[in-house]
Amino acid sequence: MAILTYREALNRAMVEEMEKDPLIYLMGEEVGHYQGAYKVSQGMLDKFGEERVIDTPISENGFAGIGVGSAMVGLRPIIEFMTWNFSLVAIDQIINSAAKMNYMSGGQFPMPIVFRGAGGAGGRLAAQHSQAFESWYAHCPGLKVVCPATPKDAYGLLKSSIRDNNPTIFIESEVLYGSKGEVPEQEYTIPLGLGEIKRKGTDITLVTWSRALSFAEEAAIILEKEGISVEIVDLRSLRPLDENLIYESVKKTNRAVVVEEGWPVAGFGAQISHLIQKNVFSYLDHPVERVTQMDVPMSYAANLERMSLPSANRVADTIREMLR
Amino acid sequence: MVSSIPKDSQSVSELQEFYRQMVLIRKFEEAAAKAYSVGKIGGFLHLYIGQEAVGVGSIAALTPHDYIVSTYRDHGHALARGLHPNPLMAELFGKATGISKGNGGSMHFFDKNAHFMGGHGIVGGHISLAAGIAFASKYKKEDSVTICFFGEGAANIGSFHEGLNLAAIWKLPVVFICENNHYAMGTPEYRALAVKDVSIRAHAYDMARDHIEGDEVRKVRDHVKVAVERARRGEGPTLIEVSTYRFRGHSMSDPAKYRTKEELEAYKKKDPLMRARHELELGGIKPEELDKLEIEIQTQIDEAYQFAETSPEPPLSQLHKYVYAEDK
Repeated sequence: MAILTYREALNRAMVEEMEKDPLIYLMGEEVGHYQGAYKVSQGMLDKFGEERVIDTPISENGFAGIGVGSAMVGLRPIIEFMTWNFSLVAIDQIINSAAKMNYMSGGQFPMPIVFRGAGGAGGRLAAQHSQAFESWYAHCPGLKVVCPATPKDAYGLLKSSIRDNNPTIFIESEVLYGSKGEVPEQEYTIPLGLGEIKRKGTDITLVTWSRALSFAEEAAIILEKEGISVEIVDLRSLRPLDENLIYESVKKTNRAVVVEEGWPVAGFGAQISHLIQKNVFSYLDHPVERVTQMDVPMSYAANLERMSLPSANRVADTIREMLR
Repeated sequence: MVSSIPKDSQSVSELQEFYRQMVLIRKFEEAAAKAYSVGKIGGFLHLYIGQEAVGVGSIAALTPHDYIVSTYRDHGHALARGLHPNPLMAELFGKATGISKGNGGSMHFFDKNAHFMGGHGIVGGHISLAAGIAFASKYKKEDSVTICFFGEGAANIGSFHEGLNLAAIWKLPVVFICENNHYAMGTPEYRALAVKDVSIRAHAYDMARDHIEGDEVRKVRDHVKVAVERARRGEGPTLIEVSTYRFRGHSMSDPAKYRTKEELEAYKKKDPLMRARHELELGGIKPEELDKLEIEIQTQIDEAYQFAETSPEPPLSQLHKYVYAEDK
């Protein structure tokens, strides 16, 4: 077992896949000569050359479209958005082109493309650089949406995403790039749509993904000292969604909280909350609760940012309230 | 009408073939308009009538392994590519036998085998897709060229700038063909274009450019061919502006009240079909022969209509099919 950072795990996944399949290329701003804005593509230019690790001008709509067009004729692009905030100027290509190409062509054009890059909130980056967009993309049929929380998951899920014949939204957590974890040395993949119980417990189920897993884990440790046993379901991908894993856990604990980095209104947690009440309603001892970012753009001020983000304390308070 | 007389039997038969394709497009669309008016075709229906020489001339400059990316006004391009009218008409009718199995409709004709890479409904969004297909040809070291049609309205959206800039810096084998029909829906070009001649924008990307009138089909073919060969030699993209005119409104729901009858009549005098027919007659083809050709094509279109009408609707099980592709 090697100890790798989240970014190293992503790098290893891309390098291994590109070594195997010459149709895969990496494209984005600063992915080559600069070695990646967040250094996820460090060393890849030397290994694969400028034909396969391709720097672009600042033009997300344009190079997202290049990726989609090239995937129509058999290439397998990995398109890096420096951050998902910038993906919004490419959202037409992602939704109107990539997500629908196979459907509107009657199955003629599979779309083996990965859009990946840094997402999430924090680090005092303020309103335009500090937001979680997985709910936006998870809204759209035709896309797969993957949000890994650990180096081990990041590696296995990115490999699966690259091998998938569908457009995958692979949102990396900017805050987690330096986080370390064990990654098996033997090659492995993690199927998209397979969540994982990250912690076993009996009193309440926390459903989460990506960086919010850390808030959930921290809250579980706090509550353990108070005699409350928390089970944590890490979804790992929102589309496809491991619904049964959620239901089995809720059947056991009878209570659920969704913890997510994004905004509450029309957020993905609302979908999970609906699914739980629809499918395992009779097991519930309490309405499903949610801990999200506050319903405001992100402030730069340190204290306001702290207050806006979900936190272990907010998760713990919510759970205490539910068990009272 | 200034006419060029086909000089030899080869150029006569070539023009005759172009004429056949243009008549096919016109009659196909007239039949589609009829079907639309009686409710057999739904959604939007944007007709190409008047612009036939652009699609036919441009696509004649290609080989079968070249790629075509089209707009929401894609019927003419698909027919010029040689796609059979039956599955195209069936697509308009939303039938299982449609070219996109009924999932696409008028704006989304696709035929992978014919390298017909789609009609696309978001104005200008497909310009960078075309650059991407050309990027793939270069990546795979294949000598295919991609041509991309769009209207002058699309030249004002960001995707145009990004697509052309990327194609230029990477010298991608792509030809951008702006079919300037002078109206973006109801907005005339003088209210939308700071510089009237779209092709001049090529200078901003250090790109080759061309500007032609779109009523003479062989001229369109000759000019596009120069650009296609340039792209194939690895010398990069070209922006060609072809001035043309749609005789109908933007779509079937548009009575086109924003333009004058006089203007329409003036353009109708430059109808590319009339022009080609006149030239064929000057080249020695008898009018009766051309009438016969038109009747044959009408029969073919009638058959397509019949085929579309009698084809089954897609099975309901298709609703959830194709959202995701099968695993690798």
